Amino acid sequence: MSTTNTDKYNLTRRERFVRDVKKNKHNYVLMAPFVILFMTFTILPVFMSLGISFTYFNLLETPNFIGLDNYRALFLEDDIFIIALRNTLILAVVTGPVSYLLAFVFAWLINELGPRLRALMTLIFYAPSISGNAFLIWLLIFSGDMHGFANSYLMRLGIIDNPIIWLRNPDYMLPVLILVQLWLSLGVSFLAFIAGLQSVDKTLYEAGAIDGIRNRWQELWFITLPSMKPQLLFGAVMQITTSLAIAEVSMHLLGFPSVQYAGHTIVTHLIDYGMLRFELGYASAIATILFLIMMTTNLVVRSVLRKVGD
Amino acid sequence: MNLFKRIKMHYKIKKKKKLNRSFWGSMGLFTVLLLFGSFSAYPLILTASNAFKPLDELFLFPPRLFPRNLTFDNFRDLSALIGDSWIPFSRYFFNTIIITVVGTAGHVLIASMCAYPIAKYNFPGKTLIFTLVVYSLMFAPQVTATPNYIIISRIGLVDSHMAIILPAIASSLGLYLMKQFMQQIPDDIIESAKIDGASEYRIFFQIVMPLVKPAWLTLIILLFQRLWIEDGGVFIYSEELKPLSYALRQIAQGTIERAGTIAAVSFVMMIVPVVFFIFSQARIVETFSHSGMK
Repeated sequence: MSTTNTDKYNLTRRERFVRDVKKNKHNYVLMAPFVILFMTFTILPVFMSLGISFTYFNLLETPNFIGLDNYRALFLEDDIFIIALRNTLILAVVTGPVSYLLAFVFAWLINELGPRLRALMTLIFYAPSISGNAFLIWLLIFSGDMHGFANSYLMRLGIIDNPIIWLRNPDYMLPVLILVQLWLSLGVSFLAFIAGLQSVDKTLYEAGAIDGIRNRWQELWFITLPSMKPQLLFGAVMQITTSLAIAEVSMHLLGFPSVQYAGHTIVTHLIDYGMLRFELGYASAIATILFLIMMTTNLVVRSVLRKVGD
Repeated sequence: MNLFKRIKMHYKIKKKKKLNRSFWGSMGLFTVLLLFGSFSAYPLILTASNAFKPLDELFLFPPRLFPRNLTFDNFRDLSALIGDSWIPFSRYFFNTIIITVVGTAGHVLIASMCAYPIAKYNFPGKTLIFTLVVYSLMFAPQVTATPNYIIISRIGLVDSHMAIILPAIASSLGLYLMKQFMQQIPDDIIESAKIDGASEYRIFFQIVMPLVKPAWLTLIILLFQRLWIEDGGVFIYSEELKPLSYALRQIAQGTIERAGTIAAVSFVMMIVPVVFFIFSQARIVETFSHSGMK
């Protein structure tokens, strides 16, 4: 047989594969439960979603193949989807980079503090993202009458005369949503940055001081950022994925559906068709588009970030 | 080099290091931190303080951040409403405990079991699985919600706690973080255990698992806070299987005189994950120092 595919025991590629699999039997056993669940609930659904998106399917009748009709309807007939797409992109373009930057800047500032103060500030910034439904308090802060905290403060300062109906006036709805979303956004990437900053080799800073690094900005640019690149990449993935999936806060604060669909996003559109109208074919087309947007953004940003500092 | 020169150089280095931290720079940075820190803390403090305000203070004009007359009435009202409900309240609480404890424990165990071979061995299929896991971090779970409903209903899990627990167990972020953390365990430890004749499974359960305790806490907080507020959604429709979050929301969905109770509910839902984080913060941060992506 071919000699290129053999190793020192004279095994073909196929035999070597079988040997490797047998040798690692215990590894497959350990991995089996997770892999089975992961494939069933994460990977398989992506392909199912793609498949169903070419059909008309309402869960009761068998799916009916209709080709690209769902996609055509989405882009050409569904005005609300275009609004949702627009809102999603605005939200992502603002909250994605801003939250990423904030997470890094705060982590960096906190890193200058002593251990106790650092732990306190970490808690203060991270707590909103694990506080469950605590974001509902913004309903009270942005309440449309003069009892709302925002209106009350602004009126007493003389900035406005009449209360603003923050959550029902399309001019203010997206900005409020962005504000609340940013408040919630210091999550896992923030923790990753804090940890990354703490694990930067301290001797690098001393060496840098000798080599003529003069202030903390230079220190940040020449030493800190390059050492933290892996955490920065991880954080980018987390922030991009979250910023494109905004829905829950919008539904609770702005209503579902929101006034003039001003708070409607791709995910709320998906929930509308998937969970309320049970038009699963159409919902799957929405999900597939969202999947493609998320993957492309992530892969593009990742390849850009990888090049930084090389 | 004479002594004088050496001292001078030492001084120079010291001076340089001091230059790195200018006084006004520090003041500026701390002002920024204080400002944004207040912004971050304000809504949480308001949530907490509202839970202890008497009803008339909740509708005060101008509104106040802190209560004037601290009261526990809201919590008393909450427990009274709980006593009145159709299903014994302990039932909702029990459902949430089942979902959170089984889901979180299952996730820590099963994700660690999968992370260990990926972190420490080379074998066919490993790269494929890990690549899929990393890609899965790039899309939100909402993408797979619809097909997931179909899958769960076909398996026959609709209206059971497993409909919530099983997908949560296979959360890919947990596997990713655990694998990154396990990679820094020295190979020597595993090798020497092997020489002592320990089986692979024993090495995993008795040596590797205790070493990755900081990562457990991270996986626990990430999944716990997600399952703790889980309300069953479309998956659970039987009243006696519904979790706490659902019941508390039902109570909160009242008219204006329920405002105090709503505040108490928000406080209860918020405080549990936050307290857990306070006690495990140091080790959670430690885990994330290995979270980096290539």
